[in-house]
Amino acid sequence: MSGANDPYDPKQVAALSPDALAAGVAAARAAFDQATNLDDLHAAQSAHLGDRSPLALANREIAALPPAAKADAGKRINAARSEVRQVYAERLALLQTERDARVLVEESVDVTLPWDRRLEGARHPLTTTQELVGDVFTAMGWEVAEGPEIEAEWFNFDALNIGVDHPARSLMDTFFVQGPDGSADSGLVLRTHTSPVQARVMLTRTPPIYIVCPGKVFRTDELDATHSPVFHQLEGLVVDKGITMAHLKGTLDHMAEAFFGPGIITRLRPSYFPFTEPSAEPDLLCFVCRGESVGNPDRPCRTCGSEGWIEWGGCGMVNPRVLRACGIDPEVYSGFAFGMGIERTMMFRNNAADMRDIVEGDVRFTAAFGMEA
Amino acid sequence: MRASVSWIAEHVDLPPELTPRELGEALVRVGLEVERVESAADGISGPLVVGRVLSFVDEPQKNGKVIRWCSVDVGEDDPRGIVCGAHNFAEGDLIVAVLPGATLPGGFAISARKTYGHVSDGMICSARELGIGEDHAGILVLEADSAKPGDDALDVLGLREAVLDIAVTPDRGYCLSVRGLAREAGAALDVAFHDFVMALPAVDQSAYPVTVADPIGCDQFSARAVTGLDPTAPTPPSIASRLHAAGMRSISLPVDVTNYVMLETGQPLHAFDRARLNGAIGVRRASAGEKLITLDGVIRVLDPDDLVVTDDSGPIALAGVMGGASTEISDETTDIVLEAAHWHPASISRAVRRHKLPSEAAKRFERGVDPRIAGVALQRCVDLLVEHGGASAAPGYTVIGDGPARVSISLPANRAAELAGLPIDATTVRARLEQVGCVVTTSTADKSTSDGSTVDGSTGIGAATETTEATETTEATETRDTGGLFTVTPPTWRPDLTDPADLVEEVVRLVGYDQIPSILPSAPAGNGWTPQQRLRRSASRSLAEAGYAEVINYPFLAPAVHDAFGLPAADERRRAIRLANPISEAEPEMRTSLLPGLLANLVRNVGRGSRDLAIFEMGLVYLPAETTTPPPRVGVEHRPSDAELAAIERTVPRQPRHVATATAGEFDRAGWWGQGRLSGWADAVEAARTIARAAGVELEVRKGDVPPWHPGRCAELLLDGAVVGVAGELNPRVIAALDLPARTSAMELNFDAFSPPPPAQAPILSNFPPVLLDLALVVPEEVPAAAVLAAVRTGAGELLESVRLFDVYSDPARLGPGLRSLAFALKFRAMDRTLTVDEATAARDAAVAEAAARFGAMLRA
Ligand SMILES: [Zn+2]
Repeated sequence: MSGANDPYDPKQVAALSPDALAAGVAAARAAFDQATNLDDLHAAQSAHLGDRSPLALANREIAALPPAAKADAGKRINAARSEVRQVYAERLALLQTERDARVLVEESVDVTLPWDRRLEGARHPLTTTQELVGDVFTAMGWEVAEGPEIEAEWFNFDALNIGVDHPARSLMDTFFVQGPDGSADSGLVLRTHTSPVQARVMLTRTPPIYIVCPGKVFRTDELDATHSPVFHQLEGLVVDKGITMAHLKGTLDHMAEAFFGPGIITRLRPSYFPFTEPSAEPDLLCFVCRGESVGNPDRPCRTCGSEGWIEWGGCGMVNPRVLRACGIDPEVYSGFAFGMGIERTMMFRNNAADMRDIVEGDVRFTAAFGMEA
Repeated sequence: MRASVSWIAEHVDLPPELTPRELGEALVRVGLEVERVESAADGISGPLVVGRVLSFVDEPQKNGKVIRWCSVDVGEDDPRGIVCGAHNFAEGDLIVAVLPGATLPGGFAISARKTYGHVSDGMICSARELGIGEDHAGILVLEADSAKPGDDALDVLGLREAVLDIAVTPDRGYCLSVRGLAREAGAALDVAFHDFVMALPAVDQSAYPVTVADPIGCDQFSARAVTGLDPTAPTPPSIASRLHAAGMRSISLPVDVTNYVMLETGQPLHAFDRARLNGAIGVRRASAGEKLITLDGVIRVLDPDDLVVTDDSGPIALAGVMGGASTEISDETTDIVLEAAHWHPASISRAVRRHKLPSEAAKRFERGVDPRIAGVALQRCVDLLVEHGGASAAPGYTVIGDGPARVSISLPANRAAELAGLPIDATTVRARLEQVGCVVTTSTADKSTSDGSTVDGSTGIGAATETTEATETTEATETRDTGGLFTVTPPTWRPDLTDPADLVEEVVRLVGYDQIPSILPSAPAGNGWTPQQRLRRSASRSLAEAGYAEVINYPFLAPAVHDAFGLPAADERRRAIRLANPISEAEPEMRTSLLPGLLANLVRNVGRGSRDLAIFEMGLVYLPAETTTPPPRVGVEHRPSDAELAAIERTVPRQPRHVATATAGEFDRAGWWGQGRLSGWADAVEAARTIARAAGVELEVRKGDVPPWHPGRCAELLLDGAVVGVAGELNPRVIAALDLPARTSAMELNFDAFSPPPPAQAPILSNFPPVLLDLALVVPEEVPAAAVLAAVRTGAGELLESVRLFDVYSDPARLGPGLRSLAFALKFRAMDRTLTVDEATAARDAAVAEAAARFGAMLRA
């Protein structure tokens, strides 16, 4: 070791010689290059950039140099250390990138594995179809009216111009509630249609009335592929000034398109219902063949039986007698009403083939519909 | 109503090129429901020909039968040999032979076959084999010279002829006749209709003595008589085949003739054996307890409301519904009294329902019969019995009563246009009304408003008045331009036309519904779904999203399920409404809870192979009304009073909406990620909380003991202090009794107890850092976790931002018997500063102190 007062000759301080510094840089570069992983690189970094590394030790020698030589030596050693740091940083970046890539490979999984931990719920298509009805009509400013399912005969029949001895009353296949004496004369029935809701609304509100009534109804039919003793209907009622059959037709056409797509319209056939006069049955343009199967034996249509049209319910202008019974002046107001089976509509719209599937409550049926029908 | 096209064509000029299908389509356009266009030949194919029996040999067989070996000329070079089992024919008779290669109705294929020692080269047919009659005692023998051998028998028998099958709506009684159908066809096709025109004898009341004691029930009773009928005279094939096409059996000439004329004219007729009548015919209501044996052999106990035809012996027919056995036509009847009456429709309707005895006659009387057609119908019967039965028309024509009064209707000429939304001018209105048989006159009354004469407003448009008073018909008070006013007298065969709206329908249907334009009406602004309806949707969506599948069950209830549920005798759920005519005697009641249906559904789904199940239903249950006294009879001529409506309302059962869930099997499934988790009581309670969250409220949960739930695993759910539902695991006994999967859990809530949430309040958030501390409290096992949680909340005070129970631990060895440890994670935070650990610790200690004070809780070391 040189003494403090010795004449200065940088060349005499071996560690600070340019050759020694170059060798130190080369050794560091070699060590970094040899490190193939971050741990090795870390060790090499300690060896060549740490406190005990040759360059760090050389740096300490500067203090022993005469002031005139310090600047020059400092410059050289800084350059050397900077070069080593640079090499290290490059190597570090490279190895980190390699490691990151390897980790991503190692952590890869089979993303096709199922994750069906939770049961999948679903809503019944009869519910969502009724909601769809409500959505279509509330969008036009109508309201959704509801009423009791066990209903007074007066609302279910009398108010609707179906008197006690009217033939239609026995055609309705009605469930009667047993009275306290065991007879069927309780004055109560399971409603045979949702029309009593219309009567209730007309009795409690003044026109204009624009309502749609979806709900559960009952007839004494045995369950088979197309019948059920419990089923659902949607009915609509409008009472306002100047309402005509053209408005009825327009509403039915709008609903048909909303349910079955653009261009699916309706046609009216004369029919009979006690609560409407004139009465009609709406037919739906076959949404499968759009009427093209008619007279075209090469392209028969199972959906409409190659008739081109499908029966869809009943409708008509509200019978003035019904308006009168419900306290509405038929000389001032007119109205129309229509009704369809929800199940039948659903069978068309969702291609459900068998009534039994709809009503039996098999979860596999519901599950197929998810949240919307 | 089924009718052959040729029969209809006898009364209307059908265009010659019109096909039966086109006729059907035309009738559909004017409102008839044509269900099918078919023909009796539909089931027949291959050679079916007329043959002449040239000769035969009777050959006795070992089995005692005698067969005929016939030589039959079927128009070929050589006669054919055919074996026949019948003997009702002679040499030279014309018969119908079906030859090998043909197929008869029912898919019965014919081939040459060896039988009774001969090769039978075909078969001689009976009416039954051809599907045109019931008679199979012998073969069908054609009238001599009606055809020649080799003729196509389908043509000769008229079997190719098309038959329309029409469903007639209750307002169109007149279409239950060929006459009515022909008239409709005429109107639909704009071709001429030909009504019956025949000379009738003068009414002299001498055909048979008749007295009518109930002119309301029977406003017209007409009678004719014939004598000297040959009781053995057969029904001619022309009549039999039309009856058959109409779906009626051929019985005997007199019965067939009355049926034939009923189908033709729409007037039901009844034939009495004159020899079996005792004294004058009468008409009255029955006395209570009176009895009548009807034609079907059933003893009917009569009701005082029943209309009956009587003679001195008592009731001899249930009027308009069915004749009696005592005066029935037999195979010895030679003298006949024919009845053609006009009965009160509602009385007939009630009798049909009372005796559960629908009949072709009643179907017509209920819907209204033309009171002016009786004379024609009787004349037709007499003529046919004379022509085909060798009878003589007895002198005399009895008609008691005038039939119903005719009414006229005032119809503003523009009413049809107004209601249809279609320009229909007054000329068209008049023409179309006349086409259906109305008499239309223009009332001059509508000018009265302008010429200043007094207008009497007591009768509005639509008032019905007697035609005899037609000149007094009060004019409408309308000041709007009605385009004139028609006075319309509907034809006698249209009792359904009573109101202006009925006339409008006649006009519009004949103009064509297809002319009506399509215009969407614009409603005033509405409020959309009601808040309650929206809540229903979001609650049911929440359940579906939580894993529940919605089901909709029949609301019918078997009371036995309540025994299986272990309900006490006084349980409210046993007070179910009962049906008088249930679909199944096993399920005569209406549900008071959704659970019976939901659990049955669970069993059904398990039976179909589903194992992990979570289902829900939302629907009405039916609870007793305020009163079971039937409501007062309320009319429909005007709006009932509020008191009357309230009286009706009191009889209507309460019908709250419930929501219920049921689960079985795994709720969280096992899989590659690890273990699954069986559903249980906690899922049931959580389902209830899910509903409550949708409504923006919190349910209070407390231990309950309600069947059919497990008494140790049953939670009562409270809202504002009132029990609104129950949730938990079902009682194992119930599970066993109903064959449910083990540990089936369920929940039921009264959904009506929830109201739509008010607008939610936004929270104020602190952004200072929280202090998180855990806390384990040892408490007696019977202390509910909810109570401990409440104590912790109260004790910790307002620095507590949230608390969550994260562990429950029981270990008698370490905690001591009867104790358990509940561990909570507490998050403290202040609104205005960074909370120190000391502050938070002090708050936690306060929580411990509160729990200690309430339950003796100890901090777990
Ligand atoms: Zn089609």
